[in-house]
Amino acid sequence: MDTVLAITFKGGVVLAADQSNARSIISYQSNIDKIKELTSHSAMGVAGPNCDLVRFTEYIAKNLALYKLNHDGTQLSTKAQANFCRSELAEALRKGPYQVNLLLGGFDKDVGQSLYYMDYLAALEKVNYGAHGHASNFCLSIMDKEYRDDLSEDAALKVIDHCIHEIHTRFLISQPNFMVKVIDKDGVRVVKFGGDPADT
Amino acid sequence: MARRYDSSTTTFSPEGRLHQVEYAIEAINNAGTCVGILAKDGIVMASERRITSGLLAPAKTSEKTYKLCDHAACNVAGLTADANILIDQARIYAARNHYVYQDPIPVEQLVEHVCNYKQAYTQYGGLRPFGVAFLFAGYDIHHGFQLYQSDPSGNYSGWKATVIGSNNQAGKSLLKTEYKEEAPSVQEALMLAVKVLNKTMDGTAASVEKMELFRMTLDEDGNCQHHILTAEEAKDVIDSVAAEASSSGDS
Repeated sequence: MDTVLAITFKGGVVLAADQSNARSIISYQSNIDKIKELTSHSAMGVAGPNCDLVRFTEYIAKNLALYKLNHDGTQLSTKAQANFCRSELAEALRKGPYQVNLLLGGFDKDVGQSLYYMDYLAALEKVNYGAHGHASNFCLSIMDKEYRDDLSEDAALKVIDHCIHEIHTRFLISQPNFMVKVIDKDGVRVVKFGGDPADT
Repeated sequence: MARRYDSSTTTFSPEGRLHQVEYAIEAINNAGTCVGILAKDGIVMASERRITSGLLAPAKTSEKTYKLCDHAACNVAGLTADANILIDQARIYAARNHYVYQDPIPVEQLVEHVCNYKQAYTQYGGLRPFGVAFLFAGYDIHHGFQLYQSDPSGNYSGWKATVIGSNNQAGKSLLKTEYKEEAPSVQEALMLAVKVLNKTMDGTAASVEKMELFRMTLDEDGNCQHHILTAEEAKDVIDSVAAEASSSGDS
């Protein structure tokens, strides 16, 4: 039901996710932020029940903060963070699985931008772009067609807008609000959102 | 005085010392010397091979240098049996870390883990400490080439050059004068290491069978290369040191 989209560009990653928190026929909220910042230069967009979203993202984020404290300020690379997430998902899979699908994006000084696609069965793959949820049926073909290796940030945001427009036109479930974030050398920042998460 | 407080690892003496730990450190001073030197483009570790009996079969790879993972190795001074346990610990920890993060473990983390393991034996359980001192040599992208020394107390520190094992004080004083501010090249470091061993093995003539020379460098792809010098390569280094020594003093 959730939609998470991501695309890399030259110098960063764009992450986008819908903002609805709904179950069965009820909408609890239409302004939640499903893109959790992990470190100063990485974030993950998560699809799944809100409980697992919160539990998993906070667990990973705090473990990454602990690593930084224990190791004299060195941060894990995006690749290491993604593999850490994967190993936690794999560990929990046969005990009490997290039902989360995620797209983890990050920027490292040495390797630049990177994006990792992960699902609730602990599959992990490094990708240039990705989508989770029913919306992937509509959006992946758009990204297939429009992705280039040397996209600019604006061009990448346009691709995401194109995907969101397609979702609004063709996807049965109404997802009016989307949160869009960009990760680049300056860190993680919000580009736009439909509903303000701070608005309680 | 110390008699009453030295049989249990987990008891401080009135002077605030842990005698068992200190005795363990003493045990290492009887072991074969190991010297480690940080070079500009690598690390050099040289050890004294103590041949206790002519009937002993020569070790197939090494009896002093152990590979811990692709980018770290260590030299041992002390009880080899104790060292084997700790080396296993280090190898498992490095490999497990790689499984979780798919990245090489930062060298200091690996050293700290081994040291924390050693420290536990100075505080819990009533078991004796490990009678081993290590020289760890490793490379990672965070801090480049690093050299660490650890002892039975579980303490460790980073060094530019250091010596452990018998006569280490003589070795260290030589390093203090000979190790220049600007780090040596790997070749210069090898020669310096042989010089140090010559001093600590005072009396016995330097030879290929009595010394083991190891160097760690990066190849052009940035991968760590571990290399124990062959007999010919070692002989070359030993000979050049001897030549330099015999011609020094000539004006």
